[in-house]
Amino acid sequence: MTVAVANESGTVDDREVVTDPPLVRIRGLGRVFETAAGPVTAVRAIDLDIRRREFLAIVGPSGCGKTTLLRMIAGLETPTSGRIETGSAAADRPVNAMVFQGHSVFPWMTVRQNAEYGLAIRGAGKPERAGIVDSLLETVGLIEFSRAYPHQLSEGMRQRVAIARALAVDPDLLLMDEPFGSLDEQTRFILQDEVLRIWGETQKTVIVVTHSIDEALTLADRVIVMTAHPGAIKDVVDVPLARPRDQATLRSDPEFGRLFGRIWDSLRSEVLEARAASGSPR
Amino acid sequence: MTAKQRRFAEIVLTIASPILLLLIWELISRSGRIDQRFWPAPSSLWDTTRTMVQDEDLFGEIWLTLERILAGFAMGAVPGIIIGLLMGISWPIRAFLMPIATAIYAIPKIALLPLVLIALGTGEMARWVIVALSIFFVVALSTMGGVLALDPIFTDVARNFGGNRWTLFRTVALPGSTPAIFTGLRLALGFALIVVVGTEFVRPNGGVGSLIWESYSILSIKKMYVGLIVTALMGWLLVLGLDLIERLVVPWRRAL
Repeated sequence: MTVAVANESGTVDDREVVTDPPLVRIRGLGRVFETAAGPVTAVRAIDLDIRRREFLAIVGPSGCGKTTLLRMIAGLETPTSGRIETGSAAADRPVNAMVFQGHSVFPWMTVRQNAEYGLAIRGAGKPERAGIVDSLLETVGLIEFSRAYPHQLSEGMRQRVAIARALAVDPDLLLMDEPFGSLDEQTRFILQDEVLRIWGETQKTVIVVTHSIDEALTLADRVIVMTAHPGAIKDVVDVPLARPRDQATLRSDPEFGRLFGRIWDSLRSEVLEARAASGSPR
Repeated sequence: MTAKQRRFAEIVLTIASPILLLLIWELISRSGRIDQRFWPAPSSLWDTTRTMVQDEDLFGEIWLTLERILAGFAMGAVPGIIIGLLMGISWPIRAFLMPIATAIYAIPKIALLPLVLIALGTGEMARWVIVALSIFFVVALSTMGGVLALDPIFTDVARNFGGNRWTLFRTVALPGSTPAIFTGLRLALGFALIVVVGTEFVRPNGGVGSLIWESYSILSIKKMYVGLIVTALMGWLLVLGLDLIERLVVPWRRAL
């Protein structure tokens, strides 16, 4: 990739700079749903580059289309305008894997079968699957539960299974849709720490959709703030907090508070607008 | 109460209710306030049962009825599960078959017996077919309901990993609907028993139903009671067997 770079004197230098191309390039992306009451624009005019090994968080008010955006990136939803370019994955592997919101772990499969699911679809042989999944279950602390069924596990453990299942296919891009939304705060902290640790070890590119500013700041390098209905990008906030991060240190960092304030300022009016639009009391 | 104590209490209570019922029946009958020719004490049925086993091939009759139930059950349940799964997965198939299924579902299937007899003659096949007909729809509709009730998130997971329609069927629709399939099968088993005994009443040709009806016709009341008790036991054991199979096939269901 060639870019023109301004030198110190302010004149444009024609020297070539090689930069890493983004993993995902999104241009003019939009999604309109046809409903009985007429067309509804869920997402509109999204321009976004997702850098390799970046941890990106998307926050926005409820119903702002952030999940729709994530589902379009995942290929589960077809955009009605614009395009998504995802590059450079080997043909036999999916570009992305998603950790879904809510109960996405198959109740009829054991922990191991769930974790092996994506690999099995890809046609990986039993020994290969076992090798990969063993170490992953070790990583998420579920190796002793590999033969248990999901109903025997806690909510947090089930979400660990979902994470292991997504990581098992070694995706270039890990997508997480409100992954810890249904967990209690303490369990959420533990799992956030685990995700940070795994991210540090695997250097994956991650996009997490969340309604929690706190979670976005804890995890991400960059936070995208979305407008209320229809969803568009309102603000992009870099999070220069030092890594590796841990819950206690993060929260005592004044920068954390400053960033929180900035994002909340940006988000507040959108939340009020979203609530007014949906008729909820303020 | 520990889990073990509770399990024990459960077993005791389960056994207690039929024993209590028999005991009350016995006491009322022995009190002489009712006509013992028509309401014989359960204890007096023991000798009748023994004679029926030794001299009249009671087990043969039971086996004949059981054979009819199982043959008709298989003939109805297997296509019922297949059609139900198809109706659950594919909306065109569902839209096409739903009106027929709901309309025929409401007909008491035993009312179709004359038609089946005309079509198939008076052999065993007609009995199997009427059982199959009477359970097909309940199994199909229950199976379809099971597929439709599955959280769409499971479909998303399969699609996200690049699963095709066959993967979706094999790993999501089929395993996910097995609890609903078993609910349908349990209902169907009851229907099958009712219909087989019904056909044996209408066209007696061996079997426990014929035994009950013919005993009644010649006022051999004690034999009739034996037939009734055998029918009840058969129904109970069949459901028990199905529960056992369910536990093997669906190990992931929450313990009830």
